[in-house]
Amino acid sequence: MKSRLNWRILAGALFVSLLANTACGEKEVNVTPEPAPAPPTSPIPADPNTTAPPTAIADTTPRLPTPTPADSSLTGHDLNELNRSVPLAPIFFDYDSAEMTTEAQTSLANNAEVMRNNQAWIVTIEGHCDERGTAEYNLALSERRALAARDYLVALGIPVNRLRTVSYGEEFPFDPGNDEAAWAQNRRAHFVVTAQ
Amino acid sequence: MLNKTLLAWSLTCAIVSLALSGGRAFQVPASQQPEPRQPSEVSLIIGDRIGTPPRFAVPDFLALSDDPETIAAAQTMGEVLWNDLNFEREFYMIPRDTYASIPGATSITDVSFDLWRELGTDGVVIGTVRRVGELLEVQVRLWNIRGQESVFGREYTGSANSARLYAHTIADEIHQNQRGLKGIAQTKLAFVSDRNGESIVGPVANRILKEIYFSDYDGYNQQRVTVNRSLNITPAWSADRRAIAYTSYLRGYADLLVSFIYEGRLASPAAGSPDNQNWLPSWSPDGSRLAFTSNRDGNPELYVMNADGTDVQRLTDNPAIDTSPTWSPTGAQIAFTSDRSGRPQIYLVGVDGTGLRRITFESYCDRPTWSPAPFNEIAYSSKTGPVHDIKIFELSTREVRQITFGIGSNESPSYSPNGRHLAFTSNRSGEKQIYTIARDGRNLRRITRLGNNEMPNWSR
Repeated sequence: MKSRLNWRILAGALFVSLLANTACGEKEVNVTPEPAPAPPTSPIPADPNTTAPPTAIADTTPRLPTPTPADSSLTGHDLNELNRSVPLAPIFFDYDSAEMTTEAQTSLANNAEVMRNNQAWIVTIEGHCDERGTAEYNLALSERRALAARDYLVALGIPVNRLRTVSYGEEFPFDPGNDEAAWAQNRRAHFVVTAQ
Repeated sequence: MLNKTLLAWSLTCAIVSLALSGGRAFQVPASQQPEPRQPSEVSLIIGDRIGTPPRFAVPDFLALSDDPETIAAAQTMGEVLWNDLNFEREFYMIPRDTYASIPGATSITDVSFDLWRELGTDGVVIGTVRRVGELLEVQVRLWNIRGQESVFGREYTGSANSARLYAHTIADEIHQNQRGLKGIAQTKLAFVSDRNGESIVGPVANRILKEIYFSDYDGYNQQRVTVNRSLNITPAWSADRRAIAYTSYLRGYADLLVSFIYEGRLASPAAGSPDNQNWLPSWSPDGSRLAFTSNRDGNPELYVMNADGTDVQRLTDNPAIDTSPTWSPTGAQIAFTSDRSGRPQIYLVGVDGTGLRRITFESYCDRPTWSPAPFNEIAYSSKTGPVHDIKIFELSTREVRQITFGIGSNESPSYSPNGRHLAFTSNRSGEKQIYTIARDGRNLRRITRLGNNEMPNWSR
């Protein structure tokens, strides 16, 4: 890290005073800031709550907690090879819709059959949207798509405890293009085998 | 007479400044009450032409130490202070290169009043920077050129490597002192970025990861918040600016995470699971509650809970989508998006679930964001054709005004804490980037450049 980070050593000396200007007279005050944090694995910005400006924050990055890795039983990363062969066909939706098209119903019937033939499979249904909606609303719309697909499979006799949903909005487009052909590919639900 | 009124006004400024700075421990005699700013006192603020912004100049600060770092800090402070003062458009900021010929001050009281008057300057900020050991001592005065008097003076001491922060602090204090305005120069923007270009193997194609970052309001000091190699979106600053809540797919499903960025601590107050997924956290104005979207009852609905996850209350109950919550300035109402009419529109509801009403009647509206007081308006994105634009619904008049006009798609508006500016996402450059714009649609500025950046949230 840059040597400039020695501000932490000096944080205890911060103070502010009002200059003697024409009106306010001289007023000075010492402020004790919060104690300097212990050296982290990555630098911590100065506490912005210290009452004496300026606080020191330049050239620092937040303290980053150690993340827990994603549970591969939910993401299906351990089964990437199987999933890349697309054993369960994706289904596609109309714009701003979570209704099942005739083609989607056919695909879901086939997927239900495949799941019946692979009784150990647990499947995560991913909902996706095209980029034309707003990023925030698409999170909910893609959830509706995933839930609609799940409910349809349940109606076809697949136990609900073999199905999970996750909605990715427009965050993971299948086709990065910006035309109707790409959008049609992106308004979809994917079926990812997460356990077998 | 002039001096007495000036004294009263300066005390007013000092007291207001104290109140807003969260109780900085100055002692002010109780008998000297703040006086409201009266039209007759406007002449005591620099620039006495009502309706015409006073003309301000900010030359480089004077380095009183001759080491290169102090000299650079002095220059940076002048530049950044000029930019910060220019941002609010309360002053006409005279371009800095036009006063390069005016000799630099040799001390904080050395002001070439005649030369500044010749340039048509109403106020000039003179600052000095001195290095004392590892610290900087910064003095600043605002001089009224006509009256040849100092109307504002401060001194700061602190870190030697945060020149921009000195300038931001001075800018906020000058706005408060001269205009009674709560400046935003010390605020931050949180946003989502894919700049690292990291991806993970997806079930069909590789997937680009997104992480949470934040920066100063002007885009400087960009810093990473999350490192979890997952999808992290929809950041929201806590009221105390010490935590950022967001939607993370870290555990394979969507859940709310809260990063306490100065403690290295992570919380998941909604306690999500594959059957209880949560999105789009929104902090109540007092920071005590979170509103969010959840599928826990089988459909995207709105919920409110305490920031620690207790006292969860369901706010909506409708087979349609209800999502994208935002709080009113008092915390009494929530605006949100619902497609119960067939297409996404903006609705209002009391936090007790009563008083539901629809406020937009357009083709597709989302991501309402309620302005802070004193404004009472809701910005949102509206589908205006093939793309989205930022519009603002004024609650008192029910009038809608549009502030972007089809240049790229414009989404995810977020108000500055003084309500005068918005940050939003636009792909007008080809990639998604963060921009800021004034609430009247002027003063557009691009904030980010690296990778794609989106979903800004402006700190309080």
